Amino acid sequence: MADDKKKPEELANISYRLPEKSWMDTPVDFRKGTYNYGAVAEKAKYLGLPHARKWQPMDADWQLPENWKEIILEGMRERLDKFRSFRIFMDICVRCGACADKCHYFIGSGDPKNMPVLRAELLRSVYRKDFTAAGKIMGKIAGARELTVDVLKEWFYYFFQCTECRRCSVFCPYGIDTAEITMMARELLNLVGLNIDWIVTPAANCFRTGNHLGIQPHGFKDSIEFAVDELAELTGAKVEAPINKKGAEILFVAPSADYFASPHYYTLLGYLLLFHEIGLDYTWSSFASEGGNFGLFHSNQVMKRLNAKIYMEAKRLGVKWVLGGECGHMWRVLHQYMDTMNGPADFLEVPKSPITGTVFEHAKSTKMIHIMEFTSDLIKNNKLKLDPSRNDHWNVTFHDSCNPARAMGLLEEPRYVIKACCNNFHEMPENTIREQTFCCGSGSGLGTDENLEMRLRGGFPRANAVKYNHDVYGTNLLLCICAIDKATLPPLMEYWVPEVDVGGIHEMVGNALVLKGETRRATDLRGTPYPEPEPAQSEGKEVAKDV
Amino acid sequence: MYDGGKIIFGIVVFLALVTFPIWFNVAVGKTDFAPDPKIVTVGEQCMASGEYMKRKHMDMLDVWRDRVVRDGQRTFIAPDGKEYEMSLSNTCMKCHPNKTEFCDQCHNYLAVTPYCWECHIEPKETTEVANGN
Amino acid sequence: MGIIISLVAVIALTLVAWIGAGTLGLHYLFGVIIPYLALAAFVFGLIYRVVKWAKAPVPFKITTTCGQQKSLPWIRHNKLESPFTGWQVFGRMLLEILFFRSLFRNTKMALKKGPRLVYGSEKYLWLAGLAFHYSFLVIVLRHLRFFIEPIPGFVMAIQNLDGFFQVGLPIIYITDGVILAALVFLFFRRVINPKVRYISLAADYFPLFLIGAIALTGILMRYFEAFKAELIAVKELAIGLVGFSPVVPEGLDVIFFIHLFLVSVLLMYFPMSKLVHMGGVFLSPTRNLANNNRNRRHVNPWNPDVKVHTYEEYEDEFRELMKAADMPLEKE
Repeated sequence: MADDKKKPEELANISYRLPEKSWMDTPVDFRKGTYNYGAVAEKAKYLGLPHARKWQPMDADWQLPENWKEIILEGMRERLDKFRSFRIFMDICVRCGACADKCHYFIGSGDPKNMPVLRAELLRSVYRKDFTAAGKIMGKIAGARELTVDVLKEWFYYFFQCTECRRCSVFCPYGIDTAEITMMARELLNLVGLNIDWIVTPAANCFRTGNHLGIQPHGFKDSIEFAVDELAELTGAKVEAPINKKGAEILFVAPSADYFASPHYYTLLGYLLLFHEIGLDYTWSSFASEGGNFGLFHSNQVMKRLNAKIYMEAKRLGVKWVLGGECGHMWRVLHQYMDTMNGPADFLEVPKSPITGTVFEHAKSTKMIHIMEFTSDLIKNNKLKLDPSRNDHWNVTFHDSCNPARAMGLLEEPRYVIKACCNNFHEMPENTIREQTFCCGSGSGLGTDENLEMRLRGGFPRANAVKYNHDVYGTNLLLCICAIDKATLPPLMEYWVPEVDVGGIHEMVGNALVLKGETRRATDLRGTPYPEPEPAQSEGKEVAKDV
Repeated sequence: MYDGGKIIFGIVVFLALVTFPIWFNVAVGKTDFAPDPKIVTVGEQCMASGEYMKRKHMDMLDVWRDRVVRDGQRTFIAPDGKEYEMSLSNTCMKCHPNKTEFCDQCHNYLAVTPYCWECHIEPKETTEVANGN
Repeated sequence: MGIIISLVAVIALTLVAWIGAGTLGLHYLFGVIIPYLALAAFVFGLIYRVVKWAKAPVPFKITTTCGQQKSLPWIRHNKLESPFTGWQVFGRMLLEILFFRSLFRNTKMALKKGPRLVYGSEKYLWLAGLAFHYSFLVIVLRHLRFFIEPIPGFVMAIQNLDGFFQVGLPIIYITDGVILAALVFLFFRRVINPKVRYISLAADYFPLFLIGAIALTGILMRYFEAFKAELIAVKELAIGLVGFSPVVPEGLDVIFFIHLFLVSVLLMYFPMSKLVHMGGVFLSPTRNLANNNRNRRHVNPWNPDVKVHTYEEYEDEFRELMKAADMPLEKE
């Protein structure tokens, strides 16, 4: 990518002109930088996925199984019978076009097949041909078309060009959710062995080692201990971070990037400092060392297989309830799927904060709460001493991650925590936040280097809103609560708004948190030195911000 | 999860709404009612054919009103060449003074509520009741 | 392409009724048999579609949340955009179905120099959609006067309200104008907006033309002297149909048969087209489910047994490494 990288001005020169020819007659073009590599056979085999083989999307021959068409159509029939959503969404679209300019990939690429309605039509046209009378009889007039290898290639290209962010479903008058359609399409593609590596490899790793990165138990322990040591250096605090501790009250599960990647790492430091300060009786688990779940991007079966370890581990360790870290798609799985798939969690108790006594009734069945719910409750009950001026070097804005916003409704909790920890907070324009938030452009397993151009295009609407804030308010830090965001927003910012860094909310909590007996920190959690205090100020700094 | 109960309830509501005319007519309807306007023949025949009048008397009256009120014309030449005074009360109602049995028969049947009587005095048969006040 | 096919189809259907009922005089076929078939196709077709949807379970509770979840008591819960209880879902669905809530959110994106992306409010589709659907509803309800006797007060009330301005004779109904205007807008939006034109199929133009033709023939019969229908005969036919003792009275013209035939086509076409959104909108899982996933477990009837990786298998594979790292073990 390095040499053929387009400049931002070029990439933003997007043509929304539509082709003369009908979309059915426009073949897919696998352009470099806009698609992902195929799954490595060995990893697909480890998960027992069908028709694993050495294969790449740019190959002319995809070496499909001989009866591939039968497999796909049978798979469609099965899913039409199993998912009401699929059947309804195939049937009721009126092509009003309200969704058309809501997709970040369409906005960033101008490719009409990235309009959610057309993405769905790619599948719907085949549905009509083989599952409806009108399509069987009238064919193309009824919008039906034959399933061919070219159609399959088109599916692969465009259903791995949807981040399942659900923004379109907010605007659809019938609530048609392209994420759901993409999920069905990806399951179908999997049936004939068409997967992408960035999904299958993390999923296989996670199945084996408990986390996407394939970190083995001792490596996990090393990472956490490294963070503990670093905290001692940065703050002087002697933090304890128990791992696989039986009988702890709470199991804490975070996305694996938190302990292995930057800037996630500073969020990890924030968690550790917070748990230390409130004296939380909790444990990490090396087996359930991943909150994220790339199975969500693959199939409901793999999602269930990966998710199972959380309840299994909670049971084995004998904890009372589970706390989850900052992650986006992880929370879609935990909120909308876990209890259904691997519950009921009747061996756990309704989550109750040991510090404030608050009972989290809204999670009484799943028995797992989001750390934003936990921390905002602590702050509301004045259990934390916070000095937001320690974040004064940051002028922050908040990127709602797709899944917490549109599959959970976690909107106010993070804002409450940010406002308690930061003095300079400005929202981005209203059509780009909360339920209308824009995807980072790299979600649902598409965050690869080979897909970089498409990621930069897809992330353009988000970056453009950040740029607005940077220009108007001087924003220099983009906060988010998603591990994929933290991994993919930094290159996005570097490309579009290089002045803005990316961080997690618990990094802000960690900075602002005044530990018992602590007077002053030399640096923030990133090691950036604070300016030397003027003598008169030092006292004021200890005062917690009242919220 | 199927929500079968709710869906069946929905289908029942749909059926009830679609078949509303059927069960309404069975329950309270007078489906055997057919309007039968009584024609009291003072004159020998109407100024136009019954067929024409059935469909288009309202258009004719509309034209009459405009001619009389706006142009001051009062004379109407019928298709057969005869002359009539353009007047609802004096011409039409002369032969058809029985509003209830003549006009209202069809008007009520079709939910037509012409605003003739907002200006014109209704013919006797009904005014008698009104005078009683 | 789709436009021409649809237009030709509607013209052809008009001719079918014209020749069939007019030239050939097949009044019983067009007045009785086809309407009965159409009504049956509509009712049973729609029920068939709904039952087919109903037979597929909702395996997961996949609400699209458009507002703050219910969590901590001091955080204001958005009951309609992120409903927690059944009644709140009911409220959300009412907003969707009666007021097209989601479409009301519609925005329009534009890329300005800078580059700068801007999003403006775009309510015309919402307005035209609402105008079309409500006009259609009122027109259907007004037509009840042909099917029932005596005519109940609510039909009279709707009719009076629709003719509120008392313009013209017969009084011009507001909905007659509004439905035509809405159809014209929806058609031109489809043709002029390049994105919408690109996604449009014949199946998108056909209902517009068909409903347009129905509205036009209706308007001709009501307002234009040359096409006036004999309403007594129309009501006799209609009442006969709903009473299952059909008679074809004298005095029905070709234009009436065209109108009736096009309505019959619409009824038959309804269940096998996108128009089933009328039923489907009630069953959309992103809207009709409560966002209370962690509070109340949703059961998937086909929850599959899957191969999982157990802790024992994990420890078996990594025991030595864990031991060396001094991590707690189940089996030494």
